Amino acid sequence: MTVLAWLIPCALALGGLGLAGFLWSLRSGQFEDLDGAGWRALDDTQPPHQD
Amino acid sequence: MAQAQTLATVMPPVTEHRSGSTSMPAWVVATLAIENMHCGGCMHAIERALIGVAGVQAARANLSAKRVAVTYDPGRVGPARLIDALDGAGFRAADMASAPAVQEADRDRDLLKRLAVAGFAAANIMLLSVSVWAGHGSDMDPSLAALFHWLSAVIALPAVGYSGMPFFKSAAAAVRGRRLNMDVPISLAITLATVMSLFQTLRGTDQVYFDAAVMLLFFLLIGRFLDSRLRTRAASVVQNLLSLKAGSATVLRNDGTSERLPAHALRPGWRFLVSAGERIAADGLVRTGTSDVDNSLITGESLPKLAGPGASVFSGTLNLSGPIEVEATATGDATLLAEIARLVQAAEQGRGRYVRLADRAARLYAPAVHILGLATFTGWMLSGAGWEAALTAAIAVLIITCPCALALAVPAVQVAAASRLFAKGIIVKAPDGLERLAETDAVVFDKTGTLTLGRPRLINGADIDDADLERAASLALSSQHPYSRAVVAAARLRHLRPRALDQVVETAGGGLSRETEAGPERLGSAAFTGMTDAGAATLWYRGAGSVAAAFRFEDKLRSDAAAVVAALTAAGYRVELLSGDREQAVAVAAAQAGIASWRSQHKPDAKIGRLLELAAQGRRTLMVGDGLNDAPALAQAHASLSTATAADISQTAADAIFQGEPLAAVIEILAVARRSRRLALQNFALAVAYNVMFVPLAMSGRVTPLIAALAMSTSSIAVTANAVRLKSARLGLRPLSRRSSSTRAPA
Repeated sequence: MTVLAWLIPCALALGGLGLAGFLWSLRSGQFEDLDGAGWRALDDTQPPHQD
Repeated sequence: MAQAQTLATVMPPVTEHRSGSTSMPAWVVATLAIENMHCGGCMHAIERALIGVAGVQAARANLSAKRVAVTYDPGRVGPARLIDALDGAGFRAADMASAPAVQEADRDRDLLKRLAVAGFAAANIMLLSVSVWAGHGSDMDPSLAALFHWLSAVIALPAVGYSGMPFFKSAAAAVRGRRLNMDVPISLAITLATVMSLFQTLRGTDQVYFDAAVMLLFFLLIGRFLDSRLRTRAASVVQNLLSLKAGSATVLRNDGTSERLPAHALRPGWRFLVSAGERIAADGLVRTGTSDVDNSLITGESLPKLAGPGASVFSGTLNLSGPIEVEATATGDATLLAEIARLVQAAEQGRGRYVRLADRAARLYAPAVHILGLATFTGWMLSGAGWEAALTAAIAVLIITCPCALALAVPAVQVAAASRLFAKGIIVKAPDGLERLAETDAVVFDKTGTLTLGRPRLINGADIDDADLERAASLALSSQHPYSRAVVAAARLRHLRPRALDQVVETAGGGLSRETEAGPERLGSAAFTGMTDAGAATLWYRGAGSVAAAFRFEDKLRSDAAAVVAALTAAGYRVELLSGDREQAVAVAAAQAGIASWRSQHKPDAKIGRLLELAAQGRRTLMVGDGLNDAPALAQAHASLSTATAADISQTAADAIFQGEPLAAVIEILAVARRSRRLALQNFALAVAYNVMFVPLAMSGRVTPLIAALAMSTSSIAVTANAVRLKSARLGLRPLSRRSSSTRAPA
């Protein structure tokens, strides 16, 4: 049963990674514009940027 | 920062403010609402236009919200210049800073975070729980089961604390106010389950229900989030609308002086000056000056309308070509713009009849839940079962009776229906619009602009001399009616110059008239102009001195009109055509569309009369109309549908509006409305059946809290999944059932 000492932390860590990934994507605004994101994928010009 | 007076004038970059400064610019982010952003191409063009402005660092358009976030250097450029640049690219924009702030988006994100945490905890605790259950039947060491319980506790406690906060807060507020809401039993069940499980974990027994508590939270949060997102969308649309109203106005005093005041300080009766390129700050009448006004915000009509003395102008519309002096008639919250904003919000947040019913049921339900829980606990205690078994049964009852399925039953269907219709260009405005649409068994069409495209063309221009056409067009300028626009278009095509006239009176269903020194001048139907109808003309112009001129028009039927009428008739709907137009034109349109029952020369009051007649025969009528003529009829019918290009009153009077050319929207909305009604009733039945089945089981102690949580979730998911079927279902218009026609009231 020592394998549990590995498996349980692994399961928690992977789940935690997923959670952290989701919270990160939420914070970085990836769910802000679900309609526009689809169009942006088709736009093959560089994103406009000016310094 | 909404300096509307500089919208169209070029504002020079204010570089002198920063002269001598070499430090990094302090970037500022402004959010602009864009009225007409529809596709990826628009997004691209908007970003390009903004990035081309000196002083702009970045621009990111948001298609869902119809907004763009611009990062710029406030020392070099201002929002007015940005709006100007967008104007040059063909986009109408407004600064969001002048709109009331809305926190909905933050609430959405907050709920989503809590949902994610609850999901994580639920997944991991279930992993541990399933192992423990499996271990019961095999060789699992009791100490290992205890370890799993402890692990569950470590995951569950922070997750319940964090994810359950919205429910706990709401419950606490309700209890403080000496009320009960559904969050009270939910909070009670979750807290009891968690505390008891912690206690049992400390004692090392098996009655541990962290899984139930966390699963329950997870599923409840899904419902909360979906509900919240719907409201956010409504608030965001309203916010965009309100940002388009002018921030300030130049008020003219009686002594000839003028003063720049914020728009909310305006009062009815005051006069204010609107320069070219400025948004009009209040609803009012033009006193002096003539200008083109872009009314698209209010009417959806993209062509500017000429507004001369006496013409009505609306708050939020854009004065394009010349300065005008306006006398305010409605200001602030009384303006049409504010009214539209309220309607949009009310429609999306509004509660239909079934939703109100579900709400009321839920309110009556909350005390019942507590009583049932308490009864279960005391019952088991009295029978000597011990407090643990009694409490476990009570928790199961609290969870089982959570009326989530009941509360979701109807909103889930409405959301699915609204999003399906929205994708097809149909917007349901009235909260109970779908429910009323589902009950209709007759469809009454208007002709011009509804059955036809509403773009009539003058076909006998050769018979009309230039002077008559020009005078008729001058009258027609002050009307939005399709025929008026066709007259103006024909005049412009012949390079005539119609002038806007003051004191033109528009009579709905009649025409336009104006008093001149030489006598009255009229443009309108034969009856209105006092002509005997020769059967060929649609409009007559009768000037003060000149002989009458007849105008004939041709207006093409919408391409699928005949097919739609055939489908409606086949499904058992009574189809009628009511038009204000003359007999011959209506007869031709009716024949082309295949409508057997038609009436011509019906003015608004006659249309209402016919609708009342149909109602007296027990018919529930759907009125499909467009334009100023139909607003009263739309309001009178059992349900109403209007084209999106209709004049403003018509838009606000209709239950739903549709965009685009195909008339098939009528079939789609009726089919969706009827299917929604069926799904809502199915969902009600599902939710009630579930409670009737599980509550007695839970009270008798045969259901553990986890089974209760699973059953509760399954019922919620079943109800939601049933609703989601609507989104992709292939819907045709089924024949009206015999039952609905036999239950009609006798005439």
